[in-house]
Amino acid sequence: MSRFMSRFTRNPAKTGILNETNNNDEVLSPGKIIWKRFRRNKIAMIGSFILLILIILAILAPVLTPYERDAMELQNREEPPSSEHLLGTDRQGRDLLTRVLYGGRISLSVGLVASSLQMVIGVILGSLAGYYGKWLDTLIMRITDMVIAFPFLALAITAAAVLGPSIYNTMLIIGFLTWTETCRLVRGQFLSIKQMEYIEAAKATGANEFRIIWHHMLPNALAPILISSTLIMATAILVEAALSYLGLGVQAPMPSWGNILEPARSMIVLMNMWWLWLPPGFLIFISVLSINLVGDGLRDALDPRLKN
Amino acid sequence: MKQYILRRLLQMIPTLIGTTFIVYIIINMAPGSPLSHMIDPTITGEALARREEQLGLDRPLLQRYGTWLTEAAQGNLGYSTRYRGRLVTEIIQSRLLATVILTFSSIILSFILAVPIGVISATRQYSTLDYSVVVTAIAGVSVPVFFLGIVLIWAFAFQMGWFPVGGMVSAGVRHPTILAWAADVGKHLVLPLLTLTAANTARFVRFTRSSMLEVIRQDYVRTARAKGLSERVVIYRHALRNALLPVVTILGLSLPFLFSGAIITEAVFAWPGMGTILIESVSQRDYGLLMGINVFLAVLVILGNLLADIFYSVVDPRIRYD
Repeated sequence: MSRFMSRFTRNPAKTGILNETNNNDEVLSPGKIIWKRFRRNKIAMIGSFILLILIILAILAPVLTPYERDAMELQNREEPPSSEHLLGTDRQGRDLLTRVLYGGRISLSVGLVASSLQMVIGVILGSLAGYYGKWLDTLIMRITDMVIAFPFLALAITAAAVLGPSIYNTMLIIGFLTWTETCRLVRGQFLSIKQMEYIEAAKATGANEFRIIWHHMLPNALAPILISSTLIMATAILVEAALSYLGLGVQAPMPSWGNILEPARSMIVLMNMWWLWLPPGFLIFISVLSINLVGDGLRDALDPRLKN
Repeated sequence: MKQYILRRLLQMIPTLIGTTFIVYIIINMAPGSPLSHMIDPTITGEALARREEQLGLDRPLLQRYGTWLTEAAQGNLGYSTRYRGRLVTEIIQSRLLATVILTFSSIILSFILAVPIGVISATRQYSTLDYSVVVTAIAGVSVPVFFLGIVLIWAFAFQMGWFPVGGMVSAGVRHPTILAWAADVGKHLVLPLLTLTAANTARFVRFTRSSMLEVIRQDYVRTARAKGLSERVVIYRHALRNALLPVVTILGLSLPFLFSGAIITEAVFAWPGMGTILIESVSQRDYGLLMGINVFLAVLVILGNLLADIFYSVVDPRIRYD
């Protein structure tokens, strides 16, 4: 049976997807089935909805606020929320709502770019290790072990201090420290996909190695890669926030949710000016939470075997 | 078994060398001469070059790393530039206790909390309770550690006044007995401990739950039920034992997360541990100390993983030693 099915499916291990039909016996594409499953997951839907709102708010920042991002009103410093400044002003007299909206752009982009970077590194190294095996596999897995052994934040802090803190270095540092999980996943998937008959068939038709990896193997490993990259994006946003809070990430005047919180390292601010730290902190929490919920929902929808 | 441990110990060596080498390269990317932070800024370039030559700073990177490695293998991690010539190992040692108190109590507390929650959640899969545990656990790993710390300080130190704002002991107080000291430390520990434990507990709950779910579907659990054992005995005697095995491994693998959380927690609460000196040494450009702390933490992580693996292979006879 599985031999028969393998002619029609890309990955016979996942024939479960094909067996699932709806009431009308209408044939559904895998994408539609995944969407159907994802939609059934209420918590994940709430997560995507919140995430969508946050993204829209970040994109529409210039439309939503009458203030310039870095405009300072020195006579109006540390003002509590009022009708004029809905979230008050910061220590330089900048409108906090404006900073928070623009900060969302930076924080979400750092998360997206860092996660994409780790995905590229992880996929390349993982495919090389999984496809070619032998000494290359040993070498790449040893490197992975080393990177996993890093005291993550300590090294991120050190690298940021040495390279000089900036938004680009933050992206690079996070990307270069988080690819290990993706790499291991891709390698594991490749090891099993390599044994499939359709790979043998592709080889028999004379496809070159790049084509086999890119067109035949990678699409079948896509689901776990996407899931882990989504979850790593949540981690990336948290790390950016932590680095920026310590003054080692995104640098002012460019706002990020993390560096808006930096003044809260002073006890006076923490005690008396809640509007400086509560909104950005809450937004970090909400965005990371919604990304994690989406990631979990994707895992359940894309790979029912992993569901527990 | 002995062979397995020995082989794992030997495998550790290249990992340690690779890890320290990468840290060494990163530290070496620092702009300028390492000497420029230590000496008279009016010194001539020629004199600086001569001093660099004396200290071997002009040699190639690999050679310098070799020197560092030979010294490090003998327990010498060099000097701190900030604390005039104090040994890095000495400084780490002086701060170790604070970090150990914080991290160990956090591991223990999160384990005590997470195991029952995870088990109960798993045995009632798809119940309202289970859903709330799952969502709370995801929320727990989504809270930025420093933000949670700030909120706790604001609520319980400022508004309620129950706990001190930061530090490890009350300033200027001399403790007559070790018990009084412990009580004082305990009072300071509550908020940082909660901050650090929240995320850890959430992670462990998720692991315990999924591990438990896997185990209770296995045949031997059905057998245990079929022979008429009570549900309690089935879950806590038969299932839990096996479900905890992977959780222990995860405990070992969690060390990088734990240390990352501890660094931030220490920074927020001015807890005088390794995290605090790490951040101090960043602002002081104390590269010797930075290198030392990174290496020290990396060794702890690698050792932690090794211990977790060995423990796993000891308690689980299904693991093959090859």
